[in-house]
Amino acid sequence: MKGGDNVSNNGISLRRRIGGSTDRVRDWWAGASGWQRWIVYIGLIVFALILPAPWIGSFMSPGADWTTVLIFPVGVYILMAIGLNVVVGQAGLLDLGYVAFFAIGAYSLAYLGTKHGWNFWATLVMGIVLTAISGVILGAPTLRLRGDYLAIVTLGFGEIVRITADNTDEIGGSRGITNIPHPPPMFGTEFSFDPAPYYYMILAAIVIVIIFARRLEKSRVGRAWAAIREDEDAAELMGVPTFKFKLLAFFIGAMIGGFAGVLYASKAVFIAPPNFPFILSATILVAVVLGGSGNLPGVMLGAFLIAWLPERFRELQEYRILFFGGVLVLLMAIRPEGLLPSRRRKAELAEGTGGMGSMGAEVAGPTTDSSVEVSR
Amino acid sequence: MLDDLRLQFLQSTVDGLRVGAIFALIALGYTMVYGVLRLINFAHSEIFMIGTFASLFVLMTMGISAPVGGFALIGLILLMMVVSMAASGGAAVLLEQVAYRPLRRKGASRLAALISAIGASLFLQELFALVIIPEVFDSPGRNNTPVPRILEREHLFNIGNADVSNDHVIIILAALAMMVILDLIVSRTKIGRGIRATAQDPEAAVLMGVSIDTIVRVTFLLGGAMAGVAAMLYVMEFENTQYNIGFILGIKAFTAAVLGGIGNLRGALLGGFALGLIENWGAIFVGSSMKDVTAFIVLVVVLMFRPTGLLGESLQRARA
Repeated sequence: MKGGDNVSNNGISLRRRIGGSTDRVRDWWAGASGWQRWIVYIGLIVFALILPAPWIGSFMSPGADWTTVLIFPVGVYILMAIGLNVVVGQAGLLDLGYVAFFAIGAYSLAYLGTKHGWNFWATLVMGIVLTAISGVILGAPTLRLRGDYLAIVTLGFGEIVRITADNTDEIGGSRGITNIPHPPPMFGTEFSFDPAPYYYMILAAIVIVIIFARRLEKSRVGRAWAAIREDEDAAELMGVPTFKFKLLAFFIGAMIGGFAGVLYASKAVFIAPPNFPFILSATILVAVVLGGSGNLPGVMLGAFLIAWLPERFRELQEYRILFFGGVLVLLMAIRPEGLLPSRRRKAELAEGTGGMGSMGAEVAGPTTDSSVEVSR
Repeated sequence: MLDDLRLQFLQSTVDGLRVGAIFALIALGYTMVYGVLRLINFAHSEIFMIGTFASLFVLMTMGISAPVGGFALIGLILLMMVVSMAASGGAAVLLEQVAYRPLRRKGASRLAALISAIGASLFLQELFALVIIPEVFDSPGRNNTPVPRILEREHLFNIGNADVSNDHVIIILAALAMMVILDLIVSRTKIGRGIRATAQDPEAAVLMGVSIDTIVRVTFLLGGAMAGVAAMLYVMEFENTQYNIGFILGIKAFTAAVLGGIGNLRGALLGGFALGLIENWGAIFVGSSMKDVTAFIVLVVVLMFRPTGLLGESLQRARA
């Protein structure tokens, strides 16, 4: 009995210590002046630029070409996780069909590029526009639904897109689309089979999307999302047009997913419906939740881990999904806020808000301190 | 097109009722858990999958590989049903214990519970694909595992131009019988009253002396057992199973539950049959490859226009 107490005490203090160190970093960051922040930004960008170096790769990815790994899965997962974070982390809407947007982006580039000979930039814009529209088409009828219904409907949407692609001969059916054109040369670099230019392209994309997501989070829109996530009814009463903002979250999340899809297809040369399974949606969701949904650095860390670990430990690749499933269950039981949570999100989860309210038959036990309200 | 409709309508109806009975049985599990916990038990599809393998396990251990007849067939069906119900029900109780109870204790959000459910679902699928199917059933984990035929199809009678055979009759009757039993349990017994009370107002139920933990466990057990019956009927009829067999079926069954009004037992029954019919009638027009899409479209349309389903949502009023 006594031993058990010790263990739990150690566990708590260890947790506090980890929490304390990230807290200190955050406090420093909150008080940092402009030039200090710029030094960090520049340091991070320099780090990202030298990341594909072979000496890092020999340690990080001995089994496969490191630069290729950095593009797919790492870069693409990070991009998708940032996009899904807008929907799940910021607006608190559970989207289980996020892969649909990724697929629509990829198919836009592949179809317009091969069948109609559009150039890369035009298809990039068109791909993003098409996915944004599909986000609205999906969101408009479904966003009035309760949170858990929404989850199933989005899951259905992901499957509809995949099954439809599988059965539509115009876009290759189950054979997919081959010979997708590479992007045109940029700044004197040829895009062909050398992965390096794609890495820098996806890096630029990630930086742009981070800035975009960050600005949104700090804006009126971000505050509206936080209000909706915490208590939709209260937000509505306070004058937040909740439906409009939820739709906007879907719109932006879809755009980023489509962007990731276009970039993926431009490197992939060949895409087919099996590239876009439900499990990819689940994987990105795991990345967001594992990292700490709502917190950009956390989400990116989560995406990196989820993408990189199976590549690094290839012998475990087969057990990847088994591991993901177990991690999700464990994480929800012991640390639902993820590895690097935002403080606000952590507080919300401790209260049992921040996503669709609490479960039904939940009665305060001796260990919980939430009081039961008795209405008169 | 109209010719197709005239030729296939009645047969589609019969086939739709057959598959609808299976949807309805699975939907009962979703609906009961949702009624009590307000949780979409995403891993319920894997509870069904476990049931299919339990049935197959019975056939394997008894060494049955050819159709049987007469009383042996009845005994075999009952045995498979009992084993499937036990396996699925047990798995459902275990699932609740591991994946949902800790969250419930902490008063976690429903988003967290749903994510935990997805995790459990992935875990169980992979556990079967990587370990149990290769080790126990000696079959490649990710491929379709064939199930030996136990029921020789016999043509019984015609309805118009539709053939009705013994398997149709067995499935529909077995499903209806199980649903009647479940309905009696929920509406007539003490534990059923506890389930309805908890669905209506968990706090008041606790104050009246209902043990929530027991009720939740029984709810999972009953829902799992119904999935077990569905699983047994499924392997008897379609003669195969797979580690991810529950995925599409589970979503369809959930759609059926929502269609009938989630939390409503009779709604699940109605929704199951309705979805089976819609899907098979739809296939006449759009072809069977798009069959799976029909269910999703039905789900979206129902949620848009009548989010409470055909019969409205409520478990507490299940006694009608």
